[in-house]
Amino acid sequence: MKDKIAEKLLLFIAFSAILSLSLITFFIFQQGIPLIFKAGLGNFFSLRWAPTRGGFGILSMVVGSLMVTIGALAVGIPFGLAGAIFLAEFSSSTIQKTLKPVIELLAGIPSVVFGFIGIVILVPFIREIFGGPGFSVLAASIILGIMILPTIVSISYDALLAVPKTYREGSYALGATKWQTVVMVLLPAARSGIVAGIILGMGRAIGETMAVIMIAGNALKIPGSILDSVRTLTSTIALELGYAAGDHRAALFACGSILFLIIIFLNIIATRITNRK
Amino acid sequence: MTFRIGPRTSQIIAYITLLVMTAITVIVLFFIIFYILKNGIGQLTLEFLTDRTRDMGREGGILPSILGTLFITIFAILIATPLGVGSAVYLVEYTKGGFIRRIISFGADCLAGVPSIIFGLFGFIFFVITMNLGWSILSGGLTLAVMILPTIIRTSEEAIKAVPYTYREISYSLGGGKLDTIVRVVLPSALPGILTGVILGIGRAVGETAAVIFTAGSSLGLPTSIFSSTRTLAVHFYILAREGISMPKAYGTAAVLIIIILAINFIAYRLMHRFIARYY
Repeated sequence: MKDKIAEKLLLFIAFSAILSLSLITFFIFQQGIPLIFKAGLGNFFSLRWAPTRGGFGILSMVVGSLMVTIGALAVGIPFGLAGAIFLAEFSSSTIQKTLKPVIELLAGIPSVVFGFIGIVILVPFIREIFGGPGFSVLAASIILGIMILPTIVSISYDALLAVPKTYREGSYALGATKWQTVVMVLLPAARSGIVAGIILGMGRAIGETMAVIMIAGNALKIPGSILDSVRTLTSTIALELGYAAGDHRAALFACGSILFLIIIFLNIIATRITNRK
Repeated sequence: MTFRIGPRTSQIIAYITLLVMTAITVIVLFFIIFYILKNGIGQLTLEFLTDRTRDMGREGGILPSILGTLFITIFAILIATPLGVGSAVYLVEYTKGGFIRRIISFGADCLAGVPSIIFGLFGFIFFVITMNLGWSILSGGLTLAVMILPTIIRTSEEAIKAVPYTYREISYSLGGGKLDTIVRVVLPSALPGILTGVILGIGRAVGETAAVIFTAGSSLGLPTSIFSSTRTLAVHFYILAREGISMPKAYGTAAVLIIIILAINFIAYRLMHRFIARYY
């Protein structure tokens, strides 16, 4: 009897995550989607963002989000993969035991701290070396690239470790060096895990808010170069939610809806890839 | 004449490149921590930690933000821990694969990927406005509870899975029921692993900005009840830095945040190791 009640109660509790996800989906869409139809798709995907005067165009922010995300991947993928390969294949167990928590620590540093480091070090540096305002696509890409590193490293590392030992031994027996084994055997075998890690890192980059607001400059236009200021979907929400009302607020939820759809889409792809094995 | 790099040379070049790139990652990390501590540690006087914030943060200390962070985090943990551990127990002990397990896992995975600004939007419209809780410790804590739920579910799930099956069999053979076995045998054995998840959840909650700024607000008053609006350390630091109110105070606040994060990661690491040493 006691066991039956406990099981029912636990089943109920176990649905808390999916229930939360449903509530989030419902409330974000309920607040945002009607505005998209009210404004019309032409207006919504235009360049004119003047939400207090009927302009709900999010195009420049969508492009902005994509640019910083691609930039973040350009920084995060090579360094993340290098870290994972070095940890999994080229280091002793002592180095692995020291480096793994160090990289996990990187994941724990709050995004505002990354943004602050961007303001006090990276932005002045870019302004000095390349000119321009410093608050730029480049600054945001570098900081976001560092922020998504731990995700890419730890998931790719697990994927590499999951490759059966016999694959390595077979390759060595054929006379391949460690590096040849990595390129020709291990990376192809761990491909799906690595791709999943990159997709999850992409999700983190596209959704990151505070660090981006602090260093991207937030100008409302499509950047002409990587040294130009840029504004993302997330920055717009966070910058304007504090004072927005009526259709303006609904427009911010519409931005949130688009962002949410992108993230759920990326998550589903990542889960599919990981579960395929 | 074609130039070919031999396998030995390519091995050496690859090794050096990987080593340098990994070293850069580690150096960047230590540089961030060192830079914040170097500039902030001088600010950390007893007065800074125990004084009220005055003149928007130009003067005084950060006591209201320390208390605000503490209350919101405790609240979030109190809600998320039973839900997270309960979910994990159900996943490991009561489901054997199948549809229910897949849908619960999918929920946790998706929730883990949701960006904090979406939690901020949701907390704002659901807790602050629809449930009429206002900008408060309650709204902020509830929002963060939802946010850290997947961390706790996933870590607890791993911890419970790692408890050897023989422990359960011995308990059953002594006449223990399923619930007794879970409460008296499985959970105590999995405790260090579960605590690691809770501590990582605390870390996420303490460092969070986007999800709390729109749910707990940014009031600088000392919190008096769970309905008080408050400004967490991360939010206070963000406002100080972005509005250029006071660089020294910003560094000081950042140093407090970094020290908390370092301590949390250290404790989580030690706990995890003790756990791994026991079962793996």
